[in-house]
Amino acid sequence: MTDASAEMGSSPVGAVPASFLALTSAEREEMLAAIGVSSVEELFADLPSAVVLERTLELDPPLSEVELSDHIETLASRNVHTGMELSFLGAGMYDHYVPAVVDAVLARGEFLTAYTPYQPEMSQGILQAIFEFQTAICELTGLDVANASGYDGATVAADACFMAKHATGRARVVVGQTVSPQVRQVIRTYARGFELEVIEAPIREGVLDPHEVGRLAVDAAAVIFQQPNFFGCLEPAPALAAAAASAGALPVAHVDLLSLGLLQAPGDYGCALAIGEGQGAGNRLSYGGPHYGFLAARQDLVRRMPGRIVGETVDVAGRRAYVLTLQTREQHIRREKATSNITTNQTLLALAGLVYLSWLGPAGLRELGELCAGLTELAKATLDVEPLFEQPTFKELAVRTARPALDVVRDARALGVNPGYPLGRDYEGMDDALLIALTERRSPEDIERLSAVLTEVGA
Amino acid sequence: MELIYEKSKPGRRAAVLPRRTVPAATIPSELRRSAPPRLAEVAEPDLVRHFTELSTRNFGIDTGFYPLGSCTMKHNPRANERAVEVPGFRDLHPHQDADAAQGALELMWRLQEILAEVTGLDAVSLQPAAGSQGELTGLLLMRAYFEDRGEHRSEVIIPDTAHGTNPASVTMAGLELVDVATDERGNVALDDLRAKVSEHTAGLMLTNPSTLGLFDEGIVAITDTIHEAGGLCYYDGANLNAVCGISRPGDMGFDVVHINLHKTFSQPHGGGGPGGGPIAVRGFLEPFLPIPAVTRDGDRFDLDAHRPLSIGKVRGFAGPFGVFIRSYAYIRRYGPRLREMSEAAVLNANYLLKHLREAYDVPYDRICMHEFVVSAQSLKRNHGITALDVAKRLMDYGFHPPTIYFPLVVAEALMIEPTETEAKETLDAFVQAMLAIAEEAREQPDQLHEAPRSQPVGRLDEVKAVREPVLRYLFEGHPRRE
Amino acid sequence: MSRGESYPDDLRYNRDHDWARLAGDEAVLGITWHAQDALGEVVHYEPPTVGGRVVAGESYGEVESVKAVSDLIAPLSGVVLAVNSEVMNAPETINADPYGAGWLIRIALSDPAEVGSLLDAAAYRSFLAEQ
Repeated sequence: MTDASAEMGSSPVGAVPASFLALTSAEREEMLAAIGVSSVEELFADLPSAVVLERTLELDPPLSEVELSDHIETLASRNVHTGMELSFLGAGMYDHYVPAVVDAVLARGEFLTAYTPYQPEMSQGILQAIFEFQTAICELTGLDVANASGYDGATVAADACFMAKHATGRARVVVGQTVSPQVRQVIRTYARGFELEVIEAPIREGVLDPHEVGRLAVDAAAVIFQQPNFFGCLEPAPALAAAAASAGALPVAHVDLLSLGLLQAPGDYGCALAIGEGQGAGNRLSYGGPHYGFLAARQDLVRRMPGRIVGETVDVAGRRAYVLTLQTREQHIRREKATSNITTNQTLLALAGLVYLSWLGPAGLRELGELCAGLTELAKATLDVEPLFEQPTFKELAVRTARPALDVVRDARALGVNPGYPLGRDYEGMDDALLIALTERRSPEDIERLSAVLTEVGA
Repeated sequence: MELIYEKSKPGRRAAVLPRRTVPAATIPSELRRSAPPRLAEVAEPDLVRHFTELSTRNFGIDTGFYPLGSCTMKHNPRANERAVEVPGFRDLHPHQDADAAQGALELMWRLQEILAEVTGLDAVSLQPAAGSQGELTGLLLMRAYFEDRGEHRSEVIIPDTAHGTNPASVTMAGLELVDVATDERGNVALDDLRAKVSEHTAGLMLTNPSTLGLFDEGIVAITDTIHEAGGLCYYDGANLNAVCGISRPGDMGFDVVHINLHKTFSQPHGGGGPGGGPIAVRGFLEPFLPIPAVTRDGDRFDLDAHRPLSIGKVRGFAGPFGVFIRSYAYIRRYGPRLREMSEAAVLNANYLLKHLREAYDVPYDRICMHEFVVSAQSLKRNHGITALDVAKRLMDYGFHPPTIYFPLVVAEALMIEPTETEAKETLDAFVQAMLAIAEEAREQPDQLHEAPRSQPVGRLDEVKAVREPVLRYLFEGHPRRE
Repeated sequence: MSRGESYPDDLRYNRDHDWARLAGDEAVLGITWHAQDALGEVVHYEPPTVGGRVVAGESYGEVESVKAVSDLIAPLSGVVLAVNSEVMNAPETINADPYGAGWLIRIALSDPAEVGSLLDAAAYRSFLAEQ
C-alpha cells in the first residue's frame, strides 16, 4: 500500500483524511492570497521556533471510514457485553431497557450537534427540553428546583457538599458507608479542595443507624445517605433525614430515579437536597459513561446551586419562551466566587432521561419499581444462598457465598452467567459477598438459571 | 409550543413492561410513596412528535455554520455515532472483569498514547468529564505534588483573558487566584508576571493560543519564569485545535494539560454536554493522576487502582467512555495528518478576519490562530448597534452567532471560530452577512434592534426570568402565557 | 451627562462607586448613579447581616443584574444597624432612586476619621471623567 500510494504521489503517511475538510487546493491558494501570505506556514510565524514541532506526529496512518469501522468492530469484539452472558451486574450501573424512542430523539442532529444554548432564540428546543427535565426531577424528588444535570452520580454528591458547606458555614460532612464506594471516593477527592472533613457513618445490619448518624451530624454541614443503598437495602430514610436536620445538617438523599414511583420522595421526608445517577433511566451502560447526574434542592438553596438552570419567561411579543437563568451563580460571570466551575454538563444524556421518563409515565415507573423489587423477593426465595442482610430490598440483593465471591464470579462466568459484583472489591470482610442486580430485563427463568449455576459452582 | 406535561392525559402511556410473575414487593409502608410523580402521560406517537418538534426549534452544526468562539463547533462524523452503538461498547458494564473488557481498555490505552504524543507529555488520565473538571483535577494534582514535597504553595496566576472556569477551578481546589495583565499585543504582560511570581506560586494557568485567538509570542519566557519560581505550568486546552501537530504544550513548557475532547476531537456537544477533559502530565506528576489508571502489560490491558499518591477519583469509573470512542475514531481518520486539520482551521479564521476588518474593529492586529476577536465598538459609538444586535441579526441570515462579550478585555467583543470543516462558500456567505449587517447598522438600525425575526421567538425578557423565576412546570398553578 | 445622572453634594464617595450619607455617628450607604447605570437593571441584592461589621475598602454585600455581579465596597467601617428590606424585595429601586429609596445599609461608624479619605461630589465627578 505504501508503495502504491508513493507512486500516486500521496503523502507517505497514508490516505487522504480529507473527508472532513472541504477546501480544495485551488481555494487554499486563493485564500492565502486574499490574506496576503504565500504559505500556510506564514500563518504560524508568531510561534517561537523553540516551540515548533519539527517532525510529523508519531501516530498510526489515517484510516478510511471502512477501515475504521472494521477496527472498531475488532476492538469491540474483545469485550463481553450484557447480550453475551446472563448478567446480574449492577452496583451503580444497570442493565435497564432503553426504548427505541430514546435513540430516535438523540439521533436528531439539531440536538446532538448543538452547543450550550447561549442564544435562546435559536435554542428553544433544547431549552424547553431542559425545563421539562427539571420538572421531571422536581416531581420525582419532591423538591422545588433542579439543575440541567451534573457529570454523574458521584460528582453531584461533591456538589452537594460544596453547597452545604456554604449554606451552613460548617466544615464537615457525614457520608454513610452504605453509599456507593465510587461516590464516597469522589467526595473525598473534592473535599480536599473544599477543605471539608469527611466522616463515614458505619454499616449496621446493612443500613445506617439514625441515632448514630444524629450523633455524628453534630457540627456537620450535610448528611449524605443513599436510598436504596449500595447493597440494595432500604434505609430508614425519613429517620436519617430527621436526625440530620435536628443536628442542623442538610439531609441529602442519593436516590435511584427508578425507585421513586414506589418509594417516598426525599423532599417529602425533609431532605434539603436530592442527588443521583441517571444512567438507569434512559442511558446505555457504555462502560461507565457518559451518563447524567441530577441535583434537586429546596427553594432556599437555589442561589447556591451549581450548573445551568433554565427558566420560563416571555419574548418581546409576550410569547412564552425559555432561557438560561440565575447565571450570576456561574463561572463565566462570578469567576472565582462561582458556585462551581461546571460549564459542560450532560444535557444530551439528560434529554435521554426525559424521553425515557416520559415514555414510562407515572404508571410505568411504579410498575417498573414493583417488578424490580418483586424480582429481589423472588431471588431471596429461589437462591440457595443467604442474604447478607435482613432488610427490605429494591432491585439489588447482597448474598453470602460459600466460596470467595471472586472465584464464584469466575466459575459462573465460565458457564455463561455473570452472577454479580463481588463486594470484597470495596468492603473489608466481604470477600464472600456478592451483589446481585435484578432489572426488568431479567425473568424468573433467569433467576432459576442463576440459582442452578450458583449451586453448580458451589456458592 | 406546549410542554409535554400540557399534552398529558391520565391513563395514556407509551411504555408496556414485560409481564413477570413475581412476589409482591415488601416495602415498609412508611417508605412507600403516596402521591405519584406527575410525569408525562402520552402515547408513543405524540412522544415522538413532541421531541421532533422541539428539535426543529434548535440549531446544531448539522443545521448550519456555528462560529462560536472557543467552542470549536466542527463537523461531527456520523461514523463515530455508529462506533458508539456497537454492542460490545454500548452494552459493556463498567464492572465487567478486565479480561472481558480488553477491547475497551485497549481503546482507552491507545487514546492515552495518542494524547500524550499530541500534547508532548508523558502520562494521561482520561477520567475528567469535561474541561473544567480537567482543570480541577490538574490543580488538585499540583497541590498534591507540592504537599508531597513539603512545599506550601497556594497561588495560581491567571491572565485576565482566561475563561471563567480557570478562576472557579482555583477556588474549588482550595487555592488562591492572582491575576496577570495582557499587554498591547495580546500576550501575557511579562513584567507583570515577573512581579507576581514568588515562593507562594503554585503555578500558572494559560490558554495558548489565548481566548483572543493569539499565540503568545513570549511563551518560552512565561513558562521559564514560572519554573524558575518553582511553580508548575497548566495548559487550558480549549484552543488546542489551532496547533495539533504544529506545536505541543509540552514543548512550550507546560507540565499539565487538559484536552477538550468535545472541541478539538469532535465529540458532539449535545446542547451542552457530554464532553471529555482528559489531562496529560509530565512523568514526575504521573503518580498523582486519578485512579484507576489504564495500563498495559504486553498484550494485556488492565485498570490499576494502586497509586498511593493519587489524588483519588474525580468521577465514577474510568471516565466517559463513549466520548473516548468518538474522539479516538476521529483522530484515527487523520493520524499524523492532524496537522492539516489545525492548518485549515487557522487558514479559515485568517480568511474571515481579513474580510471582516473592513467593517469591524480589530483590537489586536495580528495574524490570528484558529479564532479571532473583533469589536462592534465603532458600530456602537456611531450607530448605537451593539455586539448583541449583530449577533441577533446573524440568526436572520441563517447563522449561529459567534461568542459575544468575551473575552472581557475587549469591549463589544465578537469572538469568531470557523473551524476547519467549513467550505469556502460558507465562509464567504458569512462574510457577506457580517458586512451587510454593518451596512444595516448605518442605514436601517431598527432591523438590528428588532432582530431576530426569523426564529420561533424574539428577544427574551431575561430580567423577568430572574425576578419572577419559574424553574419548572407548576401544573395548575403555572402562569398562563401565549 | 446622561439623563438622570447626578451626584448629590451632601454625600461622600469612594472610588468603587459607593456613597455614604453621614448623620452624626451613623452613615447610610448605597451605590452611585454611575454604578447602577453600568450594572443595568438590578435583579438581586445580597445584604450583610444586621449586627455584623463592615470594613472600609472591603465588600459588605453584592448587587446583581442579569449578567453581572458587583461587590459593594464599604466606604466606611462600622456595625450594621439596618439593611433596606424594601430593596431586597424590589432591587430595581436601586436603579430608580439610587440616593433615596435605593439606600442599602445603615451603619454605626467605628472610625469617623475615615471620612477624610472619601471624595466629595466634585472630586468624584472628576474621578469619573478620568475613567
